[in-house]
Amino acid sequence: MADVVVEQGQTVRAARARKPTSLRNVLGRKSTVAFFLTLPLILLIALLVLYPAVYSVHLATLNKSMQKFVGFGNFLFLFKRDTFWMVVKQSCIFAVTAVFFKALIGFIVAHFVHNIPAKGQRKWRGMLLVPWVIPPAMSTLAWLWLFDPSYSAFNYTLSFFGIGPINWLGDNLWARFSVILVNIWYGAPFFMIMYLAALKSVPDQLYEAAAIDGANWWQKIWYVTLPMMRNIIAITALFSLIVTFANFDIVRILTSGGPLDQTHIFATWAFKVGIEGSDIPLGASVSLFMVPILAIAAIFILRDVSKRGNEA
Amino acid sequence: MSRKTLTRRQFVAATAMSSAALITAPYVRGAYAAGKLSIGFWDHWVPNANDASTAMVKAWGEKEKVEVSIDYITSNNNKIQLTVAAEAQAKSGHDILQMPTWWPHAYAENLEPVNDVMEPLIKQNGEVNGTVKYLGQAGGKWLAVPAIPGSQIKGPCSRIDLMKKHAGIDVQEMYPAGAPAKADNWTLETFLKAAEACHKGGVPFGIGLGETTDSVDTAGAIFQSFGAELVNAKGDVTVKTDAVRQALEYYKKLIAFLPPDAPSWDDASNNKWLISGRGAMILNPPSAWAVARRDAPQIAEQCWTHGMPSGPKGRFAPYLPYFWGLWSFSKNKEAAKSLLAYLSQPSSIEKFVAASGGYDLPAYANMTTLKTWAEEGPPKGTLYHYPNPNNHQTLSIAASPAPPKIAQQIYFQATLTKMALRYAQGEKMEATLAWAEGECEGFMRS
Repeated sequence: MADVVVEQGQTVRAARARKPTSLRNVLGRKSTVAFFLTLPLILLIALLVLYPAVYSVHLATLNKSMQKFVGFGNFLFLFKRDTFWMVVKQSCIFAVTAVFFKALIGFIVAHFVHNIPAKGQRKWRGMLLVPWVIPPAMSTLAWLWLFDPSYSAFNYTLSFFGIGPINWLGDNLWARFSVILVNIWYGAPFFMIMYLAALKSVPDQLYEAAAIDGANWWQKIWYVTLPMMRNIIAITALFSLIVTFANFDIVRILTSGGPLDQTHIFATWAFKVGIEGSDIPLGASVSLFMVPILAIAAIFILRDVSKRGNEA
Repeated sequence: MSRKTLTRRQFVAATAMSSAALITAPYVRGAYAAGKLSIGFWDHWVPNANDASTAMVKAWGEKEKVEVSIDYITSNNNKIQLTVAAEAQAKSGHDILQMPTWWPHAYAENLEPVNDVMEPLIKQNGEVNGTVKYLGQAGGKWLAVPAIPGSQIKGPCSRIDLMKKHAGIDVQEMYPAGAPAKADNWTLETFLKAAEACHKGGVPFGIGLGETTDSVDTAGAIFQSFGAELVNAKGDVTVKTDAVRQALEYYKKLIAFLPPDAPSWDDASNNKWLISGRGAMILNPPSAWAVARRDAPQIAEQCWTHGMPSGPKGRFAPYLPYFWGLWSFSKNKEAAKSLLAYLSQPSSIEKFVAASGGYDLPAYANMTTLKTWAEEGPPKGTLYHYPNPNNHQTLSIAASPAPPKIAQQIYFQATLTKMALRYAQGEKMEATLAWAEGECEGFMRS
């Protein structure tokens, strides 16, 4: 507020002194300076985010040969395809299951790490973050070898216990399980580190007060930890949901969507249709299908977060 | 400081002198007077095979005074397809870009017709096979020039010892080196019996049932051997026919003798199957044999590449040609055409084939009996029948003869292998056919 007052005062004084031009006024404002300082970033975002987004929307409105405007024709075509609805169902199963288990595992592991004495905690934090810092394309290749149809290290190990061989990537259910498992393995450390940060910000006095009131460990989690972590849980879940819905590399490397399309998700099917099938507008439409749904989810979750922030 | 002004008279005189100097100056032919050419070649699997391409292009560039630059683009994870799509969108990039199978048709509007290159080449090198015409021509125009590097036949590569031991078949006798095939009894029925025998012997045939090209190509050849077409040349859906039913019945029997994890195989799985010694046969170009020669020589010396079994409608071999496309937005089309003609000369073809150890296949009829295929080994002559020297089989691609833009969808959605797998996993025949019909109807969009 003080800035505005000063700025207005200065403007008034300057106007009285020597009637400067309106351009000088505009350039002299702090907001104008701020705009120019952020202009490179705005241009960068426009170039790398806005332009591709608008272009993909444009592509989604063209016919297969990209010579005719068809409006929502591609989406209407997709709505009539059984395979598309199968991909929608699988993407939802993939994203919701993976995010749920990532959050659950992240929450549990964050508690374990939080309870480790500060001296050794750094080592554990570092080690637990390893899956998240390895590029997923590389780590998924290692998983591919572990799941390898014919030479699986898992099957080799399980054979000592008289189990298997399991057709990890060739059986519909096991293939779904495998791609979700790898996604959880990759994404759980992100939840762990976010939840750990949130746990550290919960005041100890609250736990002490709960203990005095006779709360057990579950009641402490339910009535103290979870309410204090609600915002961070909502934001990480939203962020992870968006990223998991858009996942490509894990499924592409492990199964390419097979067997019988049972592991295809939006990105892999969009690639199949758009690039391999040379139908770029349809591929763009598949990719864009989730945008409005995720956008609405984001609006509700973020509105809830800011409401709680204001209440606090 | 004095300032010299230019009078009108001085300006006119200077302009006239400059113009005269420019007009009368002798023409100096620079090192790259014929301009620049940018080429995107497929990055070859075979080590050092790219060197042969580089050497040939360089020699041509020096002779023709063209500055050439080459990028080798891998087909791993469809990088080459992505490059084709990106350059077609941007209308900018390389002048010549190597593109696989379906891409000349997919981007036909952006390609410069090359009839003036192809017609003399066909006169010189012999006719090209039907699949090359199907994929490389549209409305009488040649969309691209068939490339030698990367073009391949995915016929059987059998283990001599295991086929003899378990199936009682001598593949060398059936396909003798240096002589025409004696394979009248090599039918789909014999193939099925051999698959069963090898399965019982613990060395099943390594045929994938996944969604990648090796699995699809095998299915394509077997379907064509029964005359089974999902969409005919006119673009009509022809899924519910006896031929398709017969092909599915056959595949169901065959799948029972394949490795149980075949539905998850990719294009590397069959290679590993052969090289590890776990199978008696795979359907693949000789790259698996070439790797075995390096990593498992005792297996390589038992490998024999030969023709496909015949079905009721003929003997079809899976064939995948690559093409060199010339973009219509290229700024040096004449030089590009000259280079394409140069790379398709018999002497160049011979170099390509030798550098790839016999992997690369020219599309021309007169170029299938080069000495590389006769001499490569061990065992000597293992590749003799690889290029189809006696026109013993029809080279075909899965999903043909459907119009290429529809066939491309059938091919990349792996509709044939999915049908076979669905039916083999217990789905009713009519349900499988109805599913495939629905898929094909979806592929018709234009």
